[in-house]
Amino acid sequence: MSVSKYWREMPQRYRLEAGKCKSCGKIYFPVRLVCKECGSRKFEKISLSREGVLVSHTVIHIAPAQFTDQVPYVVGVVELKEGVRLLAQIADCDEKQLKKGMPIRIEFRKISEEGNAGIINYGYKGVPA
Amino acid sequence: MVGIVGYGSYIPRNRIKVEAIAKQWGTDAESYRKGLFVEEKSVPGPDQDTITMSVEASLRALQRAEIDPINIGAVYVGSESHPYAVKPSGTTVAEAIGATPDVHCADFEFACKAGSEAMFVALQLVKSNSMDYALGIGADTSQGAPGDALEYTASAGAAAFIMGRENLLASCEYTHSFMTDTPDFWRREHQFYPQHGGRFTGEPAYFKHITNCANIVMEKAALKPGDFDFAVFHQPNGKFPQKVGKMLGFRQEQISQGLLCPRIGNTYSGSSPLGLTAILDVAKPGNLILMVSYGSGAGSDGFIWKVTDRIDTVRDRAPKTWDIINGEKVYLDYGLYSKYRRKIIMNE
Repeated sequence: MSVSKYWREMPQRYRLEAGKCKSCGKIYFPVRLVCKECGSRKFEKISLSREGVLVSHTVIHIAPAQFTDQVPYVVGVVELKEGVRLLAQIADCDEKQLKKGMPIRIEFRKISEEGNAGIINYGYKGVPA
Repeated sequence: MVGIVGYGSYIPRNRIKVEAIAKQWGTDAESYRKGLFVEEKSVPGPDQDTITMSVEASLRALQRAEIDPINIGAVYVGSESHPYAVKPSGTTVAEAIGATPDVHCADFEFACKAGSEAMFVALQLVKSNSMDYALGIGADTSQGAPGDALEYTASAGAAAFIMGRENLLASCEYTHSFMTDTPDFWRREHQFYPQHGGRFTGEPAYFKHITNCANIVMEKAALKPGDFDFAVFHQPNGKFPQKVGKMLGFRQEQISQGLLCPRIGNTYSGSSPLGLTAILDVAKPGNLILMVSYGSGAGSDGFIWKVTDRIDTVRDRAPKTWDIINGEKVYLDYGLYSKYRRKIIMNE
């Protein structure tokens, strides 16, 4: 990931910042410019809660180059309290114990590194609550 | 009056037992367990470092403080394992908790004393009315060289404290710092592991600085060991803090609540600050707490805290330290531990 892209995405990666449509209340994560429900361009900035439930998950055995030292690892869909669903790595877990609907907490974790000399990319991961 | 308005702790769930390390190096686990008074230590996962643990501890401190993070005027991270050689940990932590951009950030380093250093400076800035709130963090993912005695204790954890003037959960009554140039432990630039002076780290270093600092801060406050409900000292192993407590005249029951090292190892900059979080988790309004850190090189920061009525309202708003320690754990063998701690040389 380029440094500038990582920097641009910090609000959503670091603080789970989302946009809530001021017209119809629909929440978008990440933030959008136009509400696809009502066409409004006015959004309120909100931070999503860091608690949710596991909707679905899978185990990655053949990983992209940056993640090969982490295999096998779990990637899952987490539904937060606001109803927003996000895709995240599920850390600190035994895959056999993961169940649909189980509580998940969002934690700030290291996502990847740009080699030994590049930047460290931080963001969110889910962990069993 | 100034003091703590919110505190939080974070400890990774991975552990390695003394037996697993001793087996690797052909040493006698029992002698290390007895000699260091340590059973096991925490180990950061490959996706955890000083920054991630600092963020989590700070978010928990914010839950207890109930303040808008934008009102935090300073974010100070004390650690000897900052992930970058050049790029501050503090800005990432401040960004992640929502304290940017009108905030002063700095990273502190002073061996195991960097955390109390961050707390001390945060406290003084609030005291001088330079800002309403300041965040001081002690966090480390410390490294001990393979086979070295340090490997049995060097662990990971973080504690965060938001200092303020109003709605205190503990007021800071007195502070004192005691420093000399004592080369008992060091790590040169570009070196991966620290080196130490063996037994020299004891009497002229740890014990001299902690006893002097503790005696002077108690003298300033006109208090005796018997006046305190709790005491917490830096914990390079499980034995030293108990010995220094006895030397100063403290009873075991004053020390036990904050003595975390036997179960999680030495969290370096997080050590005595994490012990303080464990004490605040059970302290009653009016209780007096003596905290004395120690950092090689060398120095100690001493604090006398007085717990207020607000502690009963806020302590349950975030996980308690002993609950985290006693919670779900994952025990690693030495191979996985080596991988997680990057002790294995890999191809680029």
